Amino acid sequence: MRFLLVEDNAQLAKAVSDRFALDGHAVDHAADLGDAQAFIETTDYELILLDIMLPDGDGRDFLRRHRNSEKGTPVIVMTARSQVSDRVSLLDLGADDYVTKPFDFSELEARCRAVLRRQGGVAHNKFEFAGVTLDSLEGTLTTPLGVETLRNRELRLIEIFFAAPGQIFAKPHLMDRLFSFAEDVSENAIEVYVARIRKKLSGTHAKIETVRGLGYRLVDQS
Amino acid sequence: MRIPYFAAWLIAFITCGSLTIAFETEQQKFYNSSAGTSVLRIISTADISSFEPILLAFQADNPTIDIDYVVASSAQTMQAIYDEQAPFDLVISSAMDLQTKLANDGFAQTYVSSTTDSLPTWAKWRNQVFAFTQEPAVLVVSEKAFRDLPIPNTREELIELLRDNPQKFWGRVGTYDVRTSGFGYMLATQNSRNTDSFWRLTEVMGRLNTRLYCCSGEMIDDVAAGRLAMAYNVLGSYAENRLKTLDGVKIVPMQDFVSLMLRTSIITTNAQNASGAKRMVDFLSMMETRPELSAASGLPAVQRQETTAAKGLRPIRLGPGLLVFLDRLKRETFIRNWQNSIVQNNPL
Amino acid sequence: MTLRFASGSMQGRLVIQLALIAALLSLVLFLVVRTVAERAAADTQDNILLASATSISDALYSERGAVRLELPYSALSMLGSISEDRVFYRIAVGGETLTGYDDLPLPTSLDANQFDTYRYKGETVRAVALKRNFSTGNQSRDVTIVVAQTRLGLAAISSRITNTAMATGAIFFLLATGLSLWAAQSALAPLTRMAGAVTRRGPSDLRPVTAKAPAELAPLVEALNSFILRLKASLNRSEDFIAEAAHRVRTPLATVRTQAEVVHRSLNQSQNKTALREMIRAIDESSRSAGQLLDHAMVNFRTDQFETTLLDLVELVQETTDRLSPTAGLKDILINVSHDQSSFPFSGDPILLQNALRNIFDNAIKYSPADSTIDVNMTSDDEYRIAVFDQGRGFQGGDAQSYLNRFSRGENVDDVVGSGLGLTIVQEVAAAHLGRVEIQNNETGAGACVSLILPRG
Repeated sequence: MRFLLVEDNAQLAKAVSDRFALDGHAVDHAADLGDAQAFIETTDYELILLDIMLPDGDGRDFLRRHRNSEKGTPVIVMTARSQVSDRVSLLDLGADDYVTKPFDFSELEARCRAVLRRQGGVAHNKFEFAGVTLDSLEGTLTTPLGVETLRNRELRLIEIFFAAPGQIFAKPHLMDRLFSFAEDVSENAIEVYVARIRKKLSGTHAKIETVRGLGYRLVDQS
Repeated sequence: MRIPYFAAWLIAFITCGSLTIAFETEQQKFYNSSAGTSVLRIISTADISSFEPILLAFQADNPTIDIDYVVASSAQTMQAIYDEQAPFDLVISSAMDLQTKLANDGFAQTYVSSTTDSLPTWAKWRNQVFAFTQEPAVLVVSEKAFRDLPIPNTREELIELLRDNPQKFWGRVGTYDVRTSGFGYMLATQNSRNTDSFWRLTEVMGRLNTRLYCCSGEMIDDVAAGRLAMAYNVLGSYAENRLKTLDGVKIVPMQDFVSLMLRTSIITTNAQNASGAKRMVDFLSMMETRPELSAASGLPAVQRQETTAAKGLRPIRLGPGLLVFLDRLKRETFIRNWQNSIVQNNPL
Repeated sequence: MTLRFASGSMQGRLVIQLALIAALLSLVLFLVVRTVAERAAADTQDNILLASATSISDALYSERGAVRLELPYSALSMLGSISEDRVFYRIAVGGETLTGYDDLPLPTSLDANQFDTYRYKGETVRAVALKRNFSTGNQSRDVTIVVAQTRLGLAAISSRITNTAMATGAIFFLLATGLSLWAAQSALAPLTRMAGAVTRRGPSDLRPVTAKAPAELAPLVEALNSFILRLKASLNRSEDFIAEAAHRVRTPLATVRTQAEVVHRSLNQSQNKTALREMIRAIDESSRSAGQLLDHAMVNFRTDQFETTLLDLVELVQETTDRLSPTAGLKDILINVSHDQSSFPFSGDPILLQNALRNIFDNAIKYSPADSTIDVNMTSDDEYRIAVFDQGRGFQGGDAQSYLNRFSRGENVDDVVGSGLGLTIVQEVAAAHLGRVEIQNNETGAGACVSLILPRG
């Protein structure tokens, strides 16, 4: 996906861009409102992440202008203020959602996914492998046998495999992707979720294969 | 009803108690009540025979009060109270002027009750002098003498009648001798005040050799006996009483005005039985409600409702005006004038 | 209107002062009326006495060298016509009584008509003495005429006058007091109007007062307006300060946390990963605490300036759960809302209520295990009850209600990020809406139940 990040703090912007890159997203960074305006006029973004306090104005003014224009790009505001006071005005001004700094990327991702789901279909969020189609926005798995609905963690786990078929993912890596930092879980917990998606994929050619001592990978068994 | 020796009292009054002789009484009677605890001492000018029914009725209402009833002339009554401070509780008198003087000079107690409040204003003075009878002064005529003459209804008609018929009335007209009768003096002075015709009438009567009397009773007797054709200024109440037993006598109330004499009572300042006296005052003031007492005593009660003006009734006004004719010089002058008028043809 | 600062009422003081003035004036009026009227009554009596004495003097005549008198009837009767007073008179020629009361005192010297008041026959009398030079033949004699009258009638008139004067004074006083009440009210009306205009304002209405005020109140209005201006500036400043402070703290935290996450992903050493995870947790804990502190400050600020709007609690709960469902989804937690009535109309501050609800749900999500359900039961009978059931570990140790105290946390939560302020905020919001919070462990199986209870209508 392609994001526009409007954030005046260069370090934070860099960190956020790096973090998104880890999950394979492309991020353009605008340091002020002027840049941001220039970016959205030349490029179509799937989502805009907007800071409120910017050197050349208030992010809310940008939001208002953006909503008045024809563009329907969803906006998630990153606010450092108290949630109580900002909440109403932000949503009233047309923000699709907001996160409070500092944010958990898992949560931000979840929110982006929710916003985009509300927005309506984005083509390349569908993955196909071995006759199985994964709609990561809808959270559904379409197999020749029927449609399976995925729970949140199942979806996130299966998405990792469908994004890179054949690649081996180590357990600690999967755990980092699946559990928040606040949770203390053993590495065995990942086996539970792997077992669940194996069950949902049973009867198809797609299979999660255990690579002893290394981790798991998605393979086509047809 | 005798009111004699007025002049004698007057001398005593003028010399202001220099005489030491005690007052004279005419009658006295003690009325024991059924349960007597106190004695009410009354000095009165009304004789026992007329006043007894009232006293008995009072005692019937107030069985604890004995009554010592003393009758004296108005002059003697005055002397008893004014000069000797005799221990009487109540003074009953027809001499309004003397009663007024007693009150004016401080011999009367003030008394106010709902009964005295209900008396008309002309029937009381200072809440010290209370009237309980109203007795008109009238003309009494012999019916026989007026068989072919019109009976006069006003003083003017009377003067005219007397003037036109001197031969018929020569020596046959009677009136009070104001020199001896205190009551006669009071009536005459009030008449003189009320009408101009008084002196002309006196003059006319003087020319007819008018006979002078001390008392109403004798005048009425002489009219009844035919010795008089008429008697002027007779007490009407008295006349009516006598008419019950006499024929041929007619009472004529003058239509121009009728002087009303008020019989009054006062409670003395040194009354020993003031409460009894007050009860008596209340009782007398309400005599209007006991017509049988008026009938028995011949004393017409004060009428509260009657409008006196409409009937030409003129109550003699209680108050300081009455003191004027008690003035020594005034009296001397009045009597001299009266004497000059009435005694011109028959020097006494 | 609060009377906490009242030190006596201006209207009361004004009324009392005016009433005192009225009382004083009434007294003066009373005294003047009485004095004048009694003087007039006394003059009337004097005039009648003089007329009486004059009529007596006119009736003097001489006869054979002696002074004679024919006392006119009117001389005494006129004295009896206005009252029932006792009357005394004495006519003396050269000191010798001609007629009348011998003991009535004669004035020692006499130039003109002389009035005198003294005791006679046990009563106070008013007397006039008149001297006439009277010639009888070739002799000239001094005649003194004294006419006296008691003063009972005068006393009666006097008491009547006193009563009338008193009634007049009283009526004047009552009237004046009534009018002063009215005057005080109308004089103070602008003040009351202004106070009303200010009182009726909402807590956030900081416009200057523009109500018309009389000149005397202009300085007060000016002072009030300048105060409002300063207050407004100060409030703006503190709001800006909070925002600025939050920004300054959170942005670096966000940077560090994001960098830590990036680094965490690139590490392969399990030990280093654990250390980094601890760091991220510490960052989360401090940012959460800072957030709750700021929220708490905001809640206090809003409850002080409490302002209500009509809202629907069902809608509010729905909105809050919608907003939190992505967070819950990360742990596969389902939030299930049920209500026994399609809408729960309530008058309150939506921001405060949402904050309270968010804190309850945050806690529930935090302590719920993965793959569990949070049930939100909304019931309405005498009051509204929003009960939030989770399937977590429940409250342990001590009195459940003590969790509502500031910074107090359960004994079994060392492994979960939290400041202990969350439930305190809920409690304060409930109190501001005259409601309460109940917390208990679920009767059926594991988990806790937190209920926000609000009064109906």
